[in-house]
Amino acid sequence: MKHGEFDVVVVGGGHAGTEAAYAAARMGVRTALVTLKFGNLGVMSCNPAIGGLGKGHLVREIDAMDGIMGRVADAAGIQFRLLNRRKGPAVQGPRAQSDRKIYRETMQAMLSATQNLEIIEGEVTDFLMQGTRLSGVMLADGSELRSTSVILTTGTFLNGIIHIGDQRQSAGRMGEKPSIPLAERLKSFDLPLGRLKTGTPPRLNGKTIAWEKLESQPGDDQPVMFSFLNRKPLVRQISCGITHTNERTHEVIRQNLARSAMYGGHIDGIGPRYCPSIEDKVVRFADKTSHQVFLEPEGLDDDTVYPNGISTSLPVDVQELYVRSMEALENVEILQPGYAIEYDFVDPRSLDLTLALRDVPGLYLAGQINGTTGYEEAAAQGMVAGLNAAARAQDREKILFSRAESYIGVMLDDLTSRGVTEPYRMFTSRAEFRLSLRADNADQRLTPKAMALGCCSEGRKAAFERKMEQLSEAKTLLNAKSWTPRELAEHGFDVSKDGNKRTAYDLLAYPGVTFEKVLPLADGAENLKTEIRVQAATDALYAQYVERQKKDAAALKRDSELEIPDGFDFEGLSGLSSELKGKLVRQKPRTLAQAGNIEGMTPAALVLLLSKLRQASVKKKVG
Amino acid sequence: MDTIYALASGQGKAGVAVLRLSGPDAHRACHALAGRLPPLRQMSLAILRDRKGDVLDQALVAIFPDKQSFTGEPVTELHLHGSPAVVSAVMREISEQGLARLALPGEFTRRALENGQLDLTEVEGLADLIQAETEAQRKQALKVMSGALGDKVNRWREALVHGMALIAASIDFADEELPAEIVAEARRIFEEVRTELSAEIDGIFAAERIRDGFLVAILGRPNAGKSTLLNALAGREAAITSDIAGTTRDVIEVRMDIAGLPVTMLDTAGLREGGDEIERIGIERALIRAADADLRIVLVDDRGLPPGLQLAEDDLVLRSKSDLEGSSDGISGKTGQGISELLDHVATRLVSAASQAGSASNDRHRFAMSGAKTALESALLELEHGEERTEFLSEHLRQAARHLDELIGKVDVEDMLDDIFRNFCLGK
Repeated sequence: MKHGEFDVVVVGGGHAGTEAAYAAARMGVRTALVTLKFGNLGVMSCNPAIGGLGKGHLVREIDAMDGIMGRVADAAGIQFRLLNRRKGPAVQGPRAQSDRKIYRETMQAMLSATQNLEIIEGEVTDFLMQGTRLSGVMLADGSELRSTSVILTTGTFLNGIIHIGDQRQSAGRMGEKPSIPLAERLKSFDLPLGRLKTGTPPRLNGKTIAWEKLESQPGDDQPVMFSFLNRKPLVRQISCGITHTNERTHEVIRQNLARSAMYGGHIDGIGPRYCPSIEDKVVRFADKTSHQVFLEPEGLDDDTVYPNGISTSLPVDVQELYVRSMEALENVEILQPGYAIEYDFVDPRSLDLTLALRDVPGLYLAGQINGTTGYEEAAAQGMVAGLNAAARAQDREKILFSRAESYIGVMLDDLTSRGVTEPYRMFTSRAEFRLSLRADNADQRLTPKAMALGCCSEGRKAAFERKMEQLSEAKTLLNAKSWTPRELAEHGFDVSKDGNKRTAYDLLAYPGVTFEKVLPLADGAENLKTEIRVQAATDALYAQYVERQKKDAAALKRDSELEIPDGFDFEGLSGLSSELKGKLVRQKPRTLAQAGNIEGMTPAALVLLLSKLRQASVKKKVG
Repeated sequence: MDTIYALASGQGKAGVAVLRLSGPDAHRACHALAGRLPPLRQMSLAILRDRKGDVLDQALVAIFPDKQSFTGEPVTELHLHGSPAVVSAVMREISEQGLARLALPGEFTRRALENGQLDLTEVEGLADLIQAETEAQRKQALKVMSGALGDKVNRWREALVHGMALIAASIDFADEELPAEIVAEARRIFEEVRTELSAEIDGIFAAERIRDGFLVAILGRPNAGKSTLLNALAGREAAITSDIAGTTRDVIEVRMDIAGLPVTMLDTAGLREGGDEIERIGIERALIRAADADLRIVLVDDRGLPPGLQLAEDDLVLRSKSDLEGSSDGISGKTGQGISELLDHVATRLVSAASQAGSASNDRHRFAMSGAKTALESALLELEHGEERTEFLSEHLRQAARHLDELIGKVDVEDMLDDIFRNFCLGK
């Protein structure tokens, strides 16, 4: 039997697995990525797009940490759109359609060229255990890979069932076999499980679509990339088509509802409310007579089209009927039917903030298995697990991300403290520090962290430091001179006559004030590069709010750093109502901040908790 | 770190009220009010003025440097004249000038704890404090929610959640089909809530002195001497500030001042079994109203406890009509026997209750509402600036909800998402 010795073994090569492996390898530890087939690395199993609102923020943050997703998505991007372009930068999210093949191939090429990373084809059938400690994985051919940590990123493989109408089959992704023995082993850990479902639409043959009849949606004139290292797309850009469902489509669906897996009572899992099936849309919003459907080409030399907006679990013949009822799809051919998939997930409250299982030392979970949905959410978790598994092998401190610093931190905190009731997806509304956590400043927020950890390439480091220098120079120029309200009035700026002097930088925070407008007030600023101008103006726009939020962020940081040790005796807190005590015992907050978020928690009760924590730590030190 | 303040002494009419401020701006606040900084750790006499220069109070002030104060932070102590009106005016001035914010319960203790100024054994007393706080909050919440304010508070919550959801939808689902009138609907909602908040705040200011801070209910069988007792109370030290007459079968309320605290005395319908429909309703009302009371005085005569009444631990049970019986331990409204003792007793109980929940929670509500109103006004202003300022609008809304969270409960992102998915068909 061949043996391998690794520090980190990653199981699964989807978006979580690839990012996890890349992160661990960047940290300089011996990493193995085990996948069923090399060709599966970087496969996009659902829609061929990366980013969006909240999700685009995650990709930028991954990139700022020198992760892989942003650069791969840029390479494969065939249509870039910055969502919310007309709103402020804090809520703008980059999004791109991807060429599936280029995405996959770029991912495979980048991972193959990564130092410290070995890619192994095989099926992981079991964990190697030394007592209750995990010591590696066993493959189907009997070989063993030893490692101090294992990251499991196996998506929907736990009890996965695919539904098409009343037909069902056991499966992971379409066409892939589920891994049964590993699932059994995982079940033996007695983890709390829940059941979710998600769906996909039928895939269409683009050659059979009457594109000329359709409204088309082009990308942005000035495409915005994901990676801070990239400036423009690498491949030809395309447009998407838009068609609509109509009364006839809805009629077909209504008549066949009983044959839908969901409405026929075959599915118990809970689906995402933000991504309803077409059956759901027709039933729940019966008064809407039409829904938009985006026809997204899956690649430059691929005729497959992904009709976004009509995921379904109806039988194949009904899918054909309703798809063909739409404009320009009258003669369309379905290449692969839509389906719903149900799967078990592990309640993420059994994880700590590094995504390690609290009760199985050395085992990390990332991606869909934790109840999330989306490539970006999966990749961000993969990165966190990868960094931490590596840190564990190196005997370094845990690598934590806070809510005040990143969307990644928001997601980790949400997942581990609140759990999930539907597949978890990122929204910008989830981030209370939204004005500080912008896609445009992800590098300012996180690249220094990556540099400190040692997982940032020299190239990125140099580019970042150059940008920071230029930005700081820009801010110096803009703040060099300050002006009274009267002087400003002469320059055409209407500010309140409060006697306060203002700099050009201050003025950039006012609604409607552009960089060009303040140029006359800042000598030398006319020589600044566009990119630096834009960044300086954006930073100025939010400066006051960021300053204000700093206090909240500091308070949150303080409370987040006050960890509540495992096994803390909440029952022993005298003075709390039994109701509150019950909530604490059930939810087991990890930090004082999480305790504070429990409904009904009062400030005074927090002080009590804090005092008990202090007492406990004093006793520990003494004893 | 915020600078915080709170009343460090008890509530109610007392010789001196101590207002304590702690945090980086504590000394600046002292300077703003007193016009100068006294020497460290020495009491000195100062005239406190508001921004317009009007005198608020002549007070003793003292400042303490960090590491040498109760909390370990810079601290200012203002020893004010103990009238609730003075205290209230100074607190309002501090809040409105943004010098400090009202402390959360336990916040001073927390800072002391974090700065190592507190022996950990001293913290044991916290448990009692929290128990008292929880009980006071429960009663306070009950009072808010069962009163007229309760309906409004519920409406504000619903309106804010819906309005915030509309804005959140326009941000997070920008690439979906959303109705065009979203912004107009949101504006209407925010304007409505702002108007209602304004009216409520005005109401609090006007009614502040005559508000029914405390409820004392007098219960007993018919003709147990309740009305006579009430009249006697009203005629003695206590002053009637207003009265609202109901029918004899309903509840009569008399407002008076006891120990500087506004008190509403309830003379309830006599409790007895049987009677006609109207009387039964009267009795039911009496019991419901009395259940909210901070203190219940139960009068018994030789017929024993009134029917239908469950005695609570802190009820005050008295033998009435002691003039008829010639007993010495009862009270008599007619002769006045025991009335002063009763008043003293009631005063002691109320002052101790006031130190726990008291009118500070009213101040708290008022500051919460003013804060929310200001935030909503900023939000409405951003709405005028158009789409490019949506995220600022959203931030002001979040602040508004945060100000009100003690009243309306925490508004969570899940509440907004629920509202969004209920109202819009989303998902491409």
